[in-house]
Amino acid sequence: MSEPKPIVRRPLMRWAPLLVVGVLGLLLAAGVWMSRNPNREALPSPLIGKTAPAFELPVLHEAGRLFGTRDLQGAPYLLNVWGSWCPACRDEHPVLTRFAETKRVRVVGFNWNDEHADALRWLEEFGNPYWIVVTDRDSKAVIDWGIYGAPETFLVDGKGVVRWKFVGPLTDKVIADELLPKLAEIERGQ
Amino acid sequence: MKSSGFQRVRIALLAAASVLMLCASLAVAQPGKPEAPLTFTSSAEEARFHHLATELRCVMCQNQSLADSNAQIARDLRREVLDLMRQGKSDREIKDFLVARYGEFVLYRPQVESTTWLLWFGPALVLLAGGFIVASVVRRRAGTATSVADDEQEW
Repeated sequence: MSEPKPIVRRPLMRWAPLLVVGVLGLLLAAGVWMSRNPNREALPSPLIGKTAPAFELPVLHEAGRLFGTRDLQGAPYLLNVWGSWCPACRDEHPVLTRFAETKRVRVVGFNWNDEHADALRWLEEFGNPYWIVVTDRDSKAVIDWGIYGAPETFLVDGKGVVRWKFVGPLTDKVIADELLPKLAEIERGQ
Repeated sequence: MKSSGFQRVRIALLAAASVLMLCASLAVAQPGKPEAPLTFTSSAEEARFHHLATELRCVMCQNQSLADSNAQIARDLRREVLDLMRQGKSDREIKDFLVARYGEFVLYRPQVESTTWLLWFGPALVLLAGGFIVASVVRRRAGTATSVADDEQEW
């Protein structure tokens, strides 16, 4: 080894701990900022941009009739997953009803894992915003669509491609900020 | 003491309430129905099923595995996994089936891909960076060690 060097106190090194703390603080702030979305636990659907999984399911209001994705082709539709057991669906119900009344797009009800009588009673009590309601009791179509709770809402275009998904109760803001622009995009043929 | 007992009950209640509020904040509901327990034809099938179910994440209650969760969708998915196993699907195919529907999120061990390399190799990178810093500090100290006087230490 060479001559022992004299101690050189580099002023930069003095500030190193403060710098480290500052960087950590910034990281924390970034984490908090990134988690500001209250709906952050909603999983992004891998189905967006892909053809909607086919289903053919019993119609709630007509015993024996089957209805499915094939019957829905040709025009966009909104698929709304609900159940009479789902409290958030009740919160969403007036919002969905207001939207359905604009007749902008067909709103298809997807009644999941419900008792037939309970589902009918629920619609009678609160009103039926749906164009048609299909029922899935054994959760086959639910898994194909990657549904994991209710309410969940899908927007499918006329070619049968899933264009948008929302997990949790729809709000007027979500409809105005996300759904309507997507719908306009579809109607422009994009 | 009586008051501390009360205190403890209050703390327990508060904790329970906050857990409930956390659950409620998810605002997405689950149907609740009793389930017939899954029946296995052999212990090998059961072992394979449990292994798979612990590697898959429950999509509803995101901090539980498919094996632990009691949510309806987890039950449905467990049934689906068993069905797929009986159709002769491999573990890989079953995982791909779920990833195609629910996304990468269902895997507790994500694939090594361009989007996950930071997740996989980030810790090693941090360790490496730390090693470099330690090595450089040690080398510098070694060079100056003889002249460092105690009263000059700052931190």
